[in-house]
Amino acid sequence: MDAALFEFLLRQGDNTLVLGHRVSEWCGVAPVLEEDIALANTALDLVGQTQMWLDYAAEVEGAGQSADDLAYRRDVWDFRSLLLLEQPNGDFGQTLMRQFLFDAFNVLNLRALEQSKDQRIAGIAAKAVKEALYHLDRSRETVVALGDGTAESNARMQAALNLLWPYVGEMFIADPVDLDLAQKGIAADPSTLRAAWDATLRPALTDAMLNIPEDDFAHKGGKTGARHSEHLGHMLAVMQSLPRAYPDARW
Amino acid sequence: MTRPTTDQIWGWLDAVPDPEIPVISVVDLGIVRGVEWDGETLEVAVTPTYSGCPATTIIAFDIETALRDHGIDSIRIKTRIAPAWTTDWLTDKGRRKLETYGIAPPRAAGGPERCPHCKSEDVERISQFGSTPCKAQWRCTDCLEPFDYFKCI
Repeated sequence: MDAALFEFLLRQGDNTLVLGHRVSEWCGVAPVLEEDIALANTALDLVGQTQMWLDYAAEVEGAGQSADDLAYRRDVWDFRSLLLLEQPNGDFGQTLMRQFLFDAFNVLNLRALEQSKDQRIAGIAAKAVKEALYHLDRSRETVVALGDGTAESNARMQAALNLLWPYVGEMFIADPVDLDLAQKGIAADPSTLRAAWDATLRPALTDAMLNIPEDDFAHKGGKTGARHSEHLGHMLAVMQSLPRAYPDARW
Repeated sequence: MTRPTTDQIWGWLDAVPDPEIPVISVVDLGIVRGVEWDGETLEVAVTPTYSGCPATTIIAFDIETALRDHGIDSIRIKTRIAPAWTTDWLTDKGRRKLETYGIAPPRAAGGPERCPHCKSEDVERISQFGSTPCKAQWRCTDCLEPFDYFKCI
């Protein structure tokens, strides 16, 4: 098995799975019907992308597991998702702020992966980037509208940005897996995406009348699995409860 | 039995409705990417519209059922992800049927050309998303009817 490739594919799939599940938690309880539908559709895209990444991960692993097995039968420490994405939804503004911070990264990463020498990765990225661009349009627009809204909505968006900012840095930390795959032309070195990400983020946050925190301290450990926040375990307890209680259930 | 030609099979598939928008066929939608005989087995390549579209498995099932009804027993449905589906693959016939049905067809400009009901060009967006992953919600500011717009991707 190509261990670095497997690790990379888990990271891709776990990011979309964890964020997709988080966003789906809004289904039925969003502030207005249109936003409820938008959140559910975003979640659906992300979970669909998860299927493509984890299908491939399972094939590379070659241990007879399926994408479902990887999603539902691993425990917290086996997840390779960014800490940002497992953070609880908070209010609607916080959910959209988290989405914006990730969408901007996701689009850049997928654009780079479209050039991957691994044709399967390039194909998945080309498919996923169309959806990610659509998500980015909406999250950017909503963050600006809420930031440049009322005093109340502005305060909430600023609080969301302050809360989530320390989780931004992890997206751009390159580790030996990234460097190995970047050198082979299979994936991007995430540290090279930071400048373009800043160029997307800063003008939008300025339009949103929000102050970007100056401290660049970055929590890390989600992507490597070394130290997830306590939130992921609670999320998985819900997400995995059915397949854990009824293994191999079919309908 | 003589093997049906792929042209015949394309015709049969053009009679399989999309489960979510039954006014157009799976061929109109542009998701059938190939029909080929591999020995005695018919291989049909299908591409998903959106990654998470819940209709994807139903579509594969409907295609298989239709082909069995036409006497083909050995069928292989393959999912083909690349090149990624685009609304450019919608047929002209499909676009016309969408509008008649009340769904504004996709446009590169990013929004509907006109209200599918009263044809007014004064329209506004309600939401970027809609009742299925492939649609958004718009409204006509003349006749005031809301309508679905088929997202352009």
